[in-house]
Amino acid sequence: MPGLTSENFRANSVKALANPQLQRALDNIRRDFVDFRGRAVGELPEYDELKRQAIALKDHTLENLDFYLDAFANNVEASGGYVHWCQTAGEAREAIVAICKKRGAKTMAKGKSMVGEEIGLNAYLEAAGLVPIETDLGEYIIQMRGETPSHITAPAIHLTKEDVADLFAERHKRPRKTEIPALIAEAREMLRPRYHEADIGLTGANFLIAETGSSMIITNEGNGDLSQVLPHTHIVLASIDKIVPTIEDALTAARILARTSSGQEFTVYNTFSTGARRPGDLDGPEEFHVVLLDNGRSALMGTKQQAMLRCIRCAACLNHCPVYKSVGGHAYGAVYTGPMGAVLTPTMVGLDKAGPLPNASTFCGRCESVCPMGIPLPALMRDWREREFERAEAPATLRKGINAWAYLAKRPVLYALATRFAAVALKLLGGRSGRLASLPLGGGWTATRDFPAPEGATFRAQWRCARGLG
Amino acid sequence: MSDGRAAILGNIQRALGRGELQGEARASCEARLKNHARNLIPARGQLPREEQIALFIRMALAVKASVSRVAKDDDVPEAVVAFLKGQNLPADVIMAPDPALDRYGWSSQKMLAIRRGKPLDADQVGVTGAVCGIAETGTLMMASSPEHPTTLNFMPETHVVVLRASQMVGAYEEGFDMLRAKGAMPRTVNLITGPSRTGDIEQKIELGAHGPRRLHIVIVDD
Repeated sequence: MPGLTSENFRANSVKALANPQLQRALDNIRRDFVDFRGRAVGELPEYDELKRQAIALKDHTLENLDFYLDAFANNVEASGGYVHWCQTAGEAREAIVAICKKRGAKTMAKGKSMVGEEIGLNAYLEAAGLVPIETDLGEYIIQMRGETPSHITAPAIHLTKEDVADLFAERHKRPRKTEIPALIAEAREMLRPRYHEADIGLTGANFLIAETGSSMIITNEGNGDLSQVLPHTHIVLASIDKIVPTIEDALTAARILARTSSGQEFTVYNTFSTGARRPGDLDGPEEFHVVLLDNGRSALMGTKQQAMLRCIRCAACLNHCPVYKSVGGHAYGAVYTGPMGAVLTPTMVGLDKAGPLPNASTFCGRCESVCPMGIPLPALMRDWREREFERAEAPATLRKGINAWAYLAKRPVLYALATRFAAVALKLLGGRSGRLASLPLGGGWTATRDFPAPEGATFRAQWRCARGLG
Repeated sequence: MSDGRAAILGNIQRALGRGELQGEARASCEARLKNHARNLIPARGQLPREEQIALFIRMALAVKASVSRVAKDDDVPEAVVAFLKGQNLPADVIMAPDPALDRYGWSSQKMLAIRRGKPLDADQVGVTGAVCGIAETGTLMMASSPEHPTTLNFMPETHVVVLRASQMVGAYEEGFDMLRAKGAMPRTVNLITGPSRTGDIEQKIELGAHGPRRLHIVIVDD
């Protein structure tokens, strides 16, 4: 994952909070996503039972992942397709370039693929002399700006329509449009010929279906469909955790995904692709390839982190996260952002680089409560924090603070004395206003607001009193 | 077996603390693929036919498709022409080379120009049938075949779909069972719910991103 800066999360966040353009753009996510999801989930009385079944089917698949991957690959091959097994990002990039070379390809129309971002595909293709064309509107916008996606389902969420208007006017050399429908129409017009030029169409996959060897994409725009039906070769790039056993299982997960992701009853296009075009078909690709990527996922199997492999990338955890909604995705300096990214990124780039991400949570628990796959995201972030602490990778002040607290917490008499002393001292410092404008080690809090001084007895003292022990 | 395949499957087996899946566990996974049992089907679509059609229409309208309903085959061409006229679209269509569409007596509409085959960029209106309509969410199922090129579902700005009332089902799963009854999976199966849209600029949903801007469904009673 090139050019990413998870280790700078703190500095990135400070900049993000002070960026008025970004804060205006983030208002869009603060306003809509939560309501949309709530309404769509509320309209399906069976949602909870579907969620339970989706979790069970994913767990079953993971417990038998080798079997279902093998069955999937056999069925791709039986329908005339090719499967490329890749352990690392590098192997996947090479497999894709090798297919392009063999097919004499120059340009590639790309549907949205987070795995493509994960392996840094575009830069590699360009270095190999190929031209990747992002066709999802959000991806198209950020490709022109030379940016990474700031959200896993809404890649350009950090931009306002004015940003897009400026970009299009400059790059399309057309009069500047300011209304969203006009901007969309212009992108449609610019991109349509590019699908026809493209030799290769690459899409991601929301699910890979073992029963039939099919890939499934769940979209709204139709760009993923044009990208795979017009070029002569279709490449599906997907990670091994996308496998489900049957079409029925994919449909169960799809019913949940649309509702929890965008708040739709069902997305506009749910497309199942199996092999190459059949004899007599008037369109469709002549070759079908699946590039299957592991990239650290099998190493999560059998560990506490295995639950993360249930993730269906709906982004509900991002959309409900107070940290994500305050700083946006780019502050994470990672491909996957928000709570799911905070859990996944350390497995891909290492805890030494990604350490700040599992710490970027208040543990408010909203992510877990909206996760359709019941992933215990706070517990998994805590798991990373514990490992970071054990490996002495946490910052020195944090380590010293936690050690000091642990020393006191293990000595109840001392703890009571210390807290009583602190409460009295802070009350005196607070004076008549009852507020503190500065606090040792608490500058981050008092920089923007006062700290309310304790008013009297400690919690423990009050508890003893209430229980009649005092 | 390729090196990559053996390595990835081997890593997974080691993590799961076992060798290749065998015996009863393997048989049960094989049975799961073979039986492809249904999971929960929402009660919403499990209705008598006429109520399914009413639900389908309600759901399709909610996702900004438009619907007209006609009593008999001969009324279909007129309904298509009336829709095109209402939208100020040319009476010039590219139609799927699907013999099932031949029964509608298109020659009754003298002003309607029809070409059969796959679309070009210049084609503004595509006309196709569908495998079925799915009441649960107002969804259409399309399957690729020599009679139904997939590009017809995506390239023209306007997609008109003729659906017979008897093709209405409650849930997606019923559509896939219809496909299984015909044999192997087609190259492409599209479940289509309303016209193309995007929320990628400021999360404001707008129609007509890359696929059709308009989706019109003509339901024929039969």
